[in-house]
Amino acid sequence: MKTDPREIALLEGLAKDDRQAIETIYKQHYNMVQALIINNNGSADDARDIFQEAMIVLYEKARSGTFELNCLLKTYIYSVCRRLWLKRLQQQQKFVPEIDGLSETVAVEEELEVHGQRNTEFQMMEKAMQHLGEPCRSLLEAFYIQKRNMLDIAGHFGYTNADNAKNQKYKCLMRLKKLFFAAYKNNTP
Amino acid sequence: MFNEAKEAILCRLQKQYTVMEEMQLLDAVERYLGNEMPAEEREFFEQLRKTNPEVDQLVVEHSMFLQQMDRFSDWKQYKSTLNEVHSHLVDAGSIKDKAPKATIIQLWKKYQRVVAVAASIAGITALSISAIVYYFAPKPVSEIRLLSQELNKVKIIQQRTDQKVDAALKEKSAPYRPPADPKSGGTGFLIDGKGYLVTSAHIVADADSVYIQNIKGDYFKVTALYINKQTDIAVLKIVDNHYQPIKSLPYALQKNIADLGEEVFTMGFPRPSSEIVYNKGYLSAKTGYNGDTTTYQLAISANPGNSGGPIFNHSGEVIGILSGKQTTAEGVVFSSRTKNIFTALHEIKKDSTNEDRIKLLLPSSIKGLDRLQQIKKIEDCMFMVIRY
Repeated sequence: MKTDPREIALLEGLAKDDRQAIETIYKQHYNMVQALIINNNGSADDARDIFQEAMIVLYEKARSGTFELNCLLKTYIYSVCRRLWLKRLQQQQKFVPEIDGLSETVAVEEELEVHGQRNTEFQMMEKAMQHLGEPCRSLLEAFYIQKRNMLDIAGHFGYTNADNAKNQKYKCLMRLKKLFFAAYKNNTP
Repeated sequence: MFNEAKEAILCRLQKQYTVMEEMQLLDAVERYLGNEMPAEEREFFEQLRKTNPEVDQLVVEHSMFLQQMDRFSDWKQYKSTLNEVHSHLVDAGSIKDKAPKATIIQLWKKYQRVVAVAASIAGITALSISAIVYYFAPKPVSEIRLLSQELNKVKIIQQRTDQKVDAALKEKSAPYRPPADPKSGGTGFLIDGKGYLVTSAHIVADADSVYIQNIKGDYFKVTALYINKQTDIAVLKIVDNHYQPIKSLPYALQKNIADLGEEVFTMGFPRPSSEIVYNKGYLSAKTGYNGDTTTYQLAISANPGNSGGPIFNHSGEVIGILSGKQTTAEGVVFSSRTKNIFTALHEIKKDSTNEDRIKLLLPSSIKGLDRLQQIKKIEDCMFMVIRY
């Protein structure tokens, strides 16, 4: 099945961080996912979590340059959410009901495996950042995440000049790398 | 900078580098990866990469790390955008938090006509069948005995004697004890420390007045805020002003549906004295009598007086309210589901003339404690409900 050109445009929007595209997909499909989760032992908060994770899967897919879904966007989102929710239920060791969807589903296992790996990496990074403590965390966030320039950062954090801030940044970075790679080696077989 | 970096690299080669030099090396790598090196330095650096595997490895490792950071940053920003969009759309009303039956509505739109035809046929059939059944069937005998406690004469006499003895002993120390003889009794438990409690509707329905008694023997007068005989839930409010509010309750109300086989326990007042009795059992069916989906079936020993008692799961969450047992079967007890309490609270809230604002319980604080400690904490929130 060919993907609808409008849906391809939406995915291209996602890849370009276009907020409008996110809003459109959200509006069209959120209620469906919420109904799925709530009818299967979940809460509204669970629905929000699961839907947002599916949006991240979609984002990763779009960023990797694949805009061809081979099915309707709706079916794709539904399948991903269904899979993610089943997994979540299993993790909670809750009784897993037979989720009988009304919509047809497509195979998404492989993509979710890649996504899962990436997700653990992000979580490792987040954890490493948290262990880092202040002011290192804010400093690195300002430079690598908010992408502010060194001069601006030096002013904001009260360093006398950009070089000082830079030295501090490298010290922090070395610690972060140590923390991250330690976790990374433990987690990869 | 060039010379410093070079020195740092050489020191690293001799494994004598300091923190300062390590930083300079890192800086060199970052400038190299970011294409910020002047041509001369770049050439030197590339040469070094070729001849020195350790430097090469550092470059590879750092470039991977920077990529990871980049992706991490995108991921974080995307996530915060998602959250913004979510709250924006909820505010704008485009999506609804908690709009459960969307698929059913879709189906309804699709099959409206079919459903209408089917429903009318089913309606006619059902009516005629029920007419026939009603005509021929023997008058049904209730198989469920509600477990409110019918206090018989002997007990009443005994209580009167007790009363006299008490009066003689304490003289005027128990002014709150109501004078008349109770008709029946059951169990109730707090859902808000300010003085709101839940019990079974059949205990307090048609009562002249209702009193509760705690394990210390203190009496309080209560009024019924809400009674629903269908779900067998009643919400009571303590109106005595000598009641001391409890700041936070130890247990919580469970939001989800309980699972089959889950171990449960209850506490109640099956004896005429305010002696609390503990019992445990398990959830034996997810529905109640004749497949009733508003109740659970439990295997637990319960006696008259246990009615209205909370059913707890192992983490101290209330999953239901004990209501009755089947007289034709052994060890079959039914309990109303906690969901019915939520419904009741919702109804109370809807009535705008009502000033009662019931605040629901926080997460259970007795989760993970051993049973003895759990009971100790729950005890104070349990009351014997007495109907006059």
